[in-house]
Amino acid sequence: MENVEKEPLLSAKNIKLMSNPLGQENPITVQVLGICSALAVTVKMKPAIVMAISVMVVLAVSNVVISAMRKSVPGRIRIIVQLVVIATMVIIVDQVLKAFAFEVSKQLSVFVGLIITNCIIMGRLEAFALANKPWPAFLDGLGNAGGYGLILIIVSFLRELFGSGTLLGFPVMEKLGVYKTGYEDNGMMILPPMALIVVGLIIWFQRSRNKSLIETR
Amino acid sequence: MKDFSNRYIFIFSVVMVVSVAVLLSLTALLLQPRQEKNVEVEKKINILSSINVISTKIDAVTLYDKYIRESFVINTDGQHIEGVDAFTVSLRAEQKKPLEQQYLPVFTAVMDNGDTLHILPLEGKGLWGPIWGYVALKPDMNTIAGATFDHKGETPGLGAEINTTEFENQFLEKSIYEGGRFVSVAVVKGGADRSDRHEVDGISGGTITSKGLEAMLREGLVKYEKYFADNRK
Repeated sequence: MENVEKEPLLSAKNIKLMSNPLGQENPITVQVLGICSALAVTVKMKPAIVMAISVMVVLAVSNVVISAMRKSVPGRIRIIVQLVVIATMVIIVDQVLKAFAFEVSKQLSVFVGLIITNCIIMGRLEAFALANKPWPAFLDGLGNAGGYGLILIIVSFLRELFGSGTLLGFPVMEKLGVYKTGYEDNGMMILPPMALIVVGLIIWFQRSRNKSLIETR
Repeated sequence: MKDFSNRYIFIFSVVMVVSVAVLLSLTALLLQPRQEKNVEVEKKINILSSINVISTKIDAVTLYDKYIRESFVINTDGQHIEGVDAFTVSLRAEQKKPLEQQYLPVFTAVMDNGDTLHILPLEGKGLWGPIWGYVALKPDMNTIAGATFDHKGETPGLGAEINTTEFENQFLEKSIYEGGRFVSVAVVKGGADRSDRHEVDGISGGTITSKGLEAMLREGLVKYEKYFADNRK
């Protein structure tokens, strides 16, 4: 047997695959992918969290599957193969949610099905899974879905807190007694444009901290 | 990526499609009983919540059997139709039939204080898809004792708010008749007068859903007018 030194499962390179998409390669704030669902499911935190987990499962598993068959997928039909794998995963996730998390699956309604059209997933399959081994592909999937989920959770946290005065359904603002001071929930926060503005603010904040992200003209 | 022959591509596609089909059919088949059970239990929870009985997945079936005494189907003339199970009537399918042939389900519940409440299912259109609900009327066939609504795909935080308790509770003690005339309950944009017995607040950002709900109430309840007249106490 050849004496090849085995790369540790969580080598520095592999950890980077997971941590980069959380920050400086974040799919939403840096690559500006998957914006549409980020606007749609971030009114309340619970759907946002379930959405984040669903995307994580779909992306990680699809990445592994595509990566495992990367040598046998004909290049000419690779996009279709990717779509079939993603669609299959999404349908399975949807069915499982309907069977075991009926309430949440109702809240997410069409958006679970729309994971298929989430650009992050196709993007990662095409850019990463087709050229890498299953384990790094798995980590890359977790990282990118994690970066997506992180933004979803931050946005939904702000929108639910200031829009409805609750967090995960718990009436935080009421318990803190801020309504007595004349404070009112901001109805604008629950409207879709506010999600875009919140994402914009996050992008602004991130770029002001990390100058290397600012595009030069 | 190497070049593959057409033959290989063809076989690859066929194998892929067949294995995916088998996988998905298996998932659907295995999960179907659980999903159907969820739908049935949810319907029972909804019916119970319209008479203000809070139930969970666990006790819904027992509580349903305890409170719901009768369920039957009538037509617009208020006559009973035999041999149809009210629980399984699909309102969406009924609404496609001519009015006089429609099955109108009624559930009656006997509460702990001895009152008999009449629960009427409703179905209408929201912004993105169907909305539905149950309205429970007191024996005077005028005062609303409880209401519950739900939807298929309204926007979370906007139209989807129709299934929150805050929205549903607004309907308590509202009345659908004014001086013997059927007027239903309006869902008003921009703040309803709390003392008005025929209006409730709409949902900010969910105007189309609110209006759909208003239409659902009006069009759904008016079909029962004969039944109301015959059973008013």
